[in-house]
Amino acid sequence: MHELGITQEIVELAEARADGRRVRKVVVEIGRLSAVLPDAVRFCFEMCAEDTSVAGAELQIIEIPGTAKCRACAGMVALDRPFGRCECGCTDLEWLSGEELRVTQIEVE
Amino acid sequence: MCLTCGCSEEDGAVLTDLQTGERFLMHDDHVHPLGAKSTEQGHTHSHGHSHSHDQGHSHSHEHAAGHDHPHTHEHDHDHPHTHDHGHEHTHSHSHDHGPAHSHAPSTLHLQEQILGKNNVLAERNRGWLDGRNILALNLVSSPGAGKTTLLERTIRDLGGELSLTVIEGDQETANDAERIRATGARVVQINTGTGCHLDALMVSRGLKQLDPPANSVVMIENVGNLVCPALFDLGERAKVAIVSVTEGEDKPIKYPHMFRASEVMLLNKIDLLPYVTFDVDRCIAYARQVNPRLRVISISATKGDGLAEWYAWLRAQRG
Ligand SMILES: Nc1nc2c(ncn2[C@@H]2O[C@H](COP(=O)(O)OP(=O)(O)OP(=O)(O)O)[C@@H](O)[C@H]2O)c(=O)[nH]1
Ligand SMILES: [Zn+2]
Ligand SMILES: [Zn+2]
Ligand SMILES: [Zn+2]
Ligand SMILES: [Zn+2]
Ligand SMILES: [Zn+2]
Ligand SMILES: [Zn+2]
Repeated sequence: MHELGITQEIVELAEARADGRRVRKVVVEIGRLSAVLPDAVRFCFEMCAEDTSVAGAELQIIEIPGTAKCRACAGMVALDRPFGRCECGCTDLEWLSGEELRVTQIEVE
Repeated sequence: MCLTCGCSEEDGAVLTDLQTGERFLMHDDHVHPLGAKSTEQGHTHSHGHSHSHDQGHSHSHEHAAGHDHPHTHEHDHDHPHTHDHGHEHTHSHSHDHGPAHSHAPSTLHLQEQILGKNNVLAERNRGWLDGRNILALNLVSSPGAGKTTLLERTIRDLGGELSLTVIEGDQETANDAERIRATGARVVQINTGTGCHLDALMVSRGLKQLDPPANSVVMIENVGNLVCPALFDLGERAKVAIVSVTEGEDKPIKYPHMFRASEVMLLNKIDLLPYVTFDVDRCIAYARQVNPRLRVISISATKGDGLAEWYAWLRAQRG
């Protein structure tokens, strides 16, 4: 699904930054609340990297857990899916982390 | 093969103007008029330039690995990426350091937003729309929930009051655009082919072709899909999610991203409630669990129930 396009973006970003050099490793952060499945990205990566300077590179995915702050009582809530409930019963949560979708590091030759 | 850019001409979404009959193949940063030969003349390269920073500016940048640079650097380097001026833009690029530096030159620390390109283009669309005081809404739903039917009805009911134009998104066919055209409204069709959502670049091309008048309303009917349209900002004022009573009341928690990203949920086909098992209260409770601020309006796009409330919301968005 959309992970194919997302993975293409990852490869393009890495390739642009490598500026002609071969890429050996790409590190990306994917938040648990980002609607992007790490396994699907892994699945697409090799195919997307083919015939680019990223071909053969290792892909490391760092998954970032979801956390939120309750808008009623300011309590912290851990989220493993894109909704949840605070201990106080409130469902109106301000997301603090888990939406990350970024390339944070590449290793080039 | 496209001689200018080297791209394969078959790939890419197709834009069709129902009024002029023009068709364009949309590539990354340029379009090909379809039917014309791929010559230099048939090619408009609109943007996607690279440019250099030669003013010796300095950037602050972060290294995740826990080392510090006590220096600022001056740059005279090229950014090979597209770059919008006047927009928020995380400017994280790599550069090589001289031998005085100890860290491995092969590791580049970045902060590249994977959807950054789309987000920048979406902001550009938003600015373009704002400048003309145009209200744009992004209609999202599963296939068949009633987006086109609602648009046909809305145009017929409000046509005298509002200037409404439509960007239709579907993988294939111009059927929906033909239906809109039959109402007399201006419409362009975007066929995404294998793509399962509209993105900001497609909408930017669509808007240019549509050329909506100032102070008007542009309805963007997204591809029927409750998953990825949630991720792609198009520059709209709000997403409107449509769910119909034939789909099962748990759609909002099965596809929470979409209902979280939307400002309004239209619960459609309520004229069918006597014939289906669908718990309206439960559906709304699920939706509110995902998005406590969601505005819910129950409607029948065919019979007209609840549409007055939808029109009132629409009018209120125009400010
Ligand atoms: N009974 C009833 N049928 C409806 C209503 N709204 C839409 N429909 C029917 O539902 C079917 C699908 O409607 P469309 O408007 O084409 O749905 P859509 O969301 O535009 O579909 P895609 O563009 O394919 O995703 C058509 O047969 C409509 O007549 C409604 O309020 N009540
Ligand atoms: Zn709380
Ligand atoms: Zn081309
Ligand atoms: Zn710099
Ligand atoms: Zn520029
Ligand atoms: Zn439709
Ligand atoms: Zn998609």
